[in-house]
Amino acid sequence: MKKDTEQLEGDRDIQLFIGSLLRWGVLLSMAVVIFGGIVYLYRHGQTTIDYSQFKGEPSLTTRFVDIIDGAFAFRGRAIIQVGIILLIATPIARVLTSAIGFIAEKDYLYVAITLIVLAIIMVSMLGGFGG
Amino acid sequence: MTVLVLTLIILVGAYVAGLVGSLTGLGGGVVIIPLLSILLHVNIHYAIGASLVSVIATSSGSAAAYVKEGITNMRLGMFLEIATTSGAITGAVMAKYLPVQYIAILFGVVLIFSAAMSLIKRAEYIERKKSKPAEMLKLNGTYPSNGEHIAYNVTNVGGGFVMMIFAGAMSGLLGIGSGALKVVAMDGIMRVPFKVSTTTSNFMIGVTAAASAVVYLQRGYIDPGLAMPVVIGVLLGAFTGSKILVHSQSKKLKYFFAIVVTILAVQMIYKGISGTL
Repeated sequence: MKKDTEQLEGDRDIQLFIGSLLRWGVLLSMAVVIFGGIVYLYRHGQTTIDYSQFKGEPSLTTRFVDIIDGAFAFRGRAIIQVGIILLIATPIARVLTSAIGFIAEKDYLYVAITLIVLAIIMVSMLGGFGG
Repeated sequence: MTVLVLTLIILVGAYVAGLVGSLTGLGGGVVIIPLLSILLHVNIHYAIGASLVSVIATSSGSAAAYVKEGITNMRLGMFLEIATTSGAITGAVMAKYLPVQYIAILFGVVLIFSAAMSLIKRAEYIERKKSKPAEMLKLNGTYPSNGEHIAYNVTNVGGGFVMMIFAGAMSGLLGIGSGALKVVAMDGIMRVPFKVSTTTSNFMIGVTAAASAVVYLQRGYIDPGLAMPVVIGVLLGAFTGSKILVHSQSKKLKYFFAIVVTILAVQMIYKGISGTL
């Protein structure tokens, strides 16, 4: 019985930490998106745009390295994309945190389950499905 | 249209979508996609990409609040994320090969189903029967209600897992959270109490969407100029909705929105069939 309550206490700490992680992840990424949006609108606000055809995207907004380069070159669209990458990273960081939590609890079954989820995301990221 | 005008229009539209999505429990994604593609003639791939990003934002934002309340069953969520993330990749890959018309029709069907589900009154049910796989996977849990911990069991793990693969695939294909399908899996099949299933499903939506968003990003479905107003608007709308929700639970309002959403869904299906998307 004692073990059960210990596990619950451990769960509680991880839950509180995960709650903060998610909140700050969303706030940070939104701040970056808004900042990039202001730069983009300032520079291109009067440009005419049409989204009715899918034309794909330039590497400035699809390739990780080029997005980072573009953001440092103060390109609005690249900065927005950095914010979006931070947003995508938020739930992934949550999974990573859960893994650490389960290790601390010595719940190896769930360490394995969490690692499987991370592996699936890695396959999605690096599997070349984007082409 | 100039970038500035379009951004402002989308910002307002996304705010409304986030608000309606939150009030009905449908989620902002299913409302913003028809708004973008029917009213503003945005290509459906761009609409889906922007929507998926907003889904991550609202899910993470509300999960932050739910997790602290201790209702979310994190083990159940974690285990089922194996199903939803692998489904999500499958969906994201399918999105490339499935003709746009079929995506629109499928979207309409899922939207009507979700609208119908949002009207069904869910009874609080506590499963007492023990199931072997659920015990092995430590899926049974407790949740706080009126100051006490209520214990519940989870059943039919295999069936729920398969349904979650499907829910994940729809999420990856259509750029939505597919909360309604997750509810079917957890409430209907696994008999999870609905307070727990609502928060746990929401908890899973973020990582499920992230699994397909990494594919979308590389493929160019996520246009920053569109995603920016969509994600900001939907998030603010959902936040407003969560504040209103506490005060009013109007039945009439729910029916009204369900009808509006169904009209949008029918239009998506019609545009898909007539090939005018």
